[in-house]
Amino acid sequence: MTVTTTPSDPAKPVPVPDAHSAPFFDGARAGRLMLRRCRACDTFMSPIAGIGAPVRPRCVACFSGDLEWAASSGRGSLYSFVIMHQLYDEAFASDIPYNIAVVETDEGVRLTTQVVGCANEALVIGMALAVVFERVSDDVTIPKFRPAS
Amino acid sequence: MPMPSPTGDRAPVLRRVRRAHDQGEEHTPVTAAIAGLGITEMGKVFGRTASDFAGEAIALALEDAGLAADDVDGLLINANQSPEMVPTLQFSLGLADLTLVNVMSAFGSTAATMLQYAAHAIAAGQASVVACVYADAPLREGGSISQSGYSGRRFDAPGLAGLRFAYGDYGPANSGYAMALRRHMHLFGTTHEQLGTIAVGQRAWAQLNPAAQMRNPMTIDDYHASRWVVEPLHLFDCCLVSNGGVAVIVTSAERARDLRQPPVHLRGFGQCAPGDTGRGERDPATHTGASKAGELALRQAGIELADVDVLELYDCYTYTVLVTLEDYGYCAKGEGGDFVADGKLGPGGALPCNTGGGQLSSFYMWGFTPLSEGVIQARGQAGERQVAAHDHVLVSGNGGVLTFHSTTILSPHEGGA
Repeated sequence: MTVTTTPSDPAKPVPVPDAHSAPFFDGARAGRLMLRRCRACDTFMSPIAGIGAPVRPRCVACFSGDLEWAASSGRGSLYSFVIMHQLYDEAFASDIPYNIAVVETDEGVRLTTQVVGCANEALVIGMALAVVFERVSDDVTIPKFRPAS
Repeated sequence: MPMPSPTGDRAPVLRRVRRAHDQGEEHTPVTAAIAGLGITEMGKVFGRTASDFAGEAIALALEDAGLAADDVDGLLINANQSPEMVPTLQFSLGLADLTLVNVMSAFGSTAATMLQYAAHAIAAGQASVVACVYADAPLREGGSISQSGYSGRRFDAPGLAGLRFAYGDYGPANSGYAMALRRHMHLFGTTHEQLGTIAVGQRAWAQLNPAAQMRNPMTIDDYHASRWVVEPLHLFDCCLVSNGGVAVIVTSAERARDLRQPPVHLRGFGQCAPGDTGRGERDPATHTGASKAGELALRQAGIELADVDVLELYDCYTYTVLVTLEDYGYCAKGEGGDFVADGKLGPGGALPCNTGGGQLSSFYMWGFTPLSEGVIQARGQAGERQVAAHDHVLVSGNGGVLTFHSTTILSPHEGGA
């Protein structure tokens, strides 16, 4: 899990870490994919439940409120993917068509992300993937996935 | 029921679900009815606010019922993208002394939850005439949809909420539904040819509906040729976006009998929100709450699936119709593509579905699109597109990304007794 810096259009939106999400972004900067894990039953979970949701407060398996941040193995497989053709933001104009993917990590956690280092046509549900980290600003690094060797 | 069951000895999520509905077959009949329906102009109608559409829709529904604004003692508002759909809409509309008021939100499944709440309040004597309304005005003259409230464009989302935009994952729903469809295609071999029959069938229905936005013909070739929005969703897999408003007036079955229109009885309700753990135990992409919600609603109505004459299914995308049909039990899981391929959902088909054109071709008012067409069909007032047998109309709602489901059974016949 190496951290690489790729040239990125500065106009693309950069996440703004806050107190709740700092462990995720700190982890990414250090090359670790941070998930939520239940201390009571060891179940791993995605950090947030969906669009606009806060960091998970409860375990999805046992309802315990005793959750912690824990690193994923960084390995998983492609659960599903889509190809974005609609232009919503000029910053992505030269990327179209680009993929958005849901990866299921080896811990059983589905994350919305992006697959890099793979042509859209070569994406196949079930393919093995490994996390990579992309530095999108001086302070912020985000996880993406590439085909696993 | 065909929900995926927890695997191994992982703590079952299902155990938290209280199963009161499974304890007995007895259900109290619903005794409320829809007495009025109002539908405003739809689509690219510019220069009007959502509140204005809401007011007109309620006025039209009251006139339809033969009631006046003074008769209204309940107002239920469908929360949506409009900042005007808030409790103070009551003030803008000048409605006074209400005993039931709320803004309700379960995304695209909200309409049925409003009807449920209204029916229960009426049965309990807490309100007598409840206006339920949906209105929105996201389209601006000269603007495109991707610049409307439906773009999902939001750069200032703090923390992890902003992560999706860094990937270019815009739009509140397209990518989620496209993800689900890709999964269904992968698991079951569902094809665009099959999905296209849904879009083509609904457009054929829309051509018979003077109120529909999209009335030009569509062939399967047109469907295939329509551009990708978010692959595997073609443009013609996706619903419209509309300015406009729809309202219904709910009252007791007894009172509805004496009003202007034939009552449309609310015969059965069911909701199911299976949840989404983001883990393998559940897969809302391919297994929705329609299975449980449908079972509950049919049981309360005292009918079987085979008794349903007309289907008005929530159709934010063609795929939503297909997966909902599977989960209601019209065919086995995974066979939805084969099931719809013969065009049975279209005019003249064996299973009339989305008879006004649905949200794909008539107008996009969330759950009020299938509801309004269901009311028109149940009354027998659909003109050229009227389905001959309309004793039972099944209306579905779906929201989130296939994570909130509601089912309503409408009928011109009173139940119970």
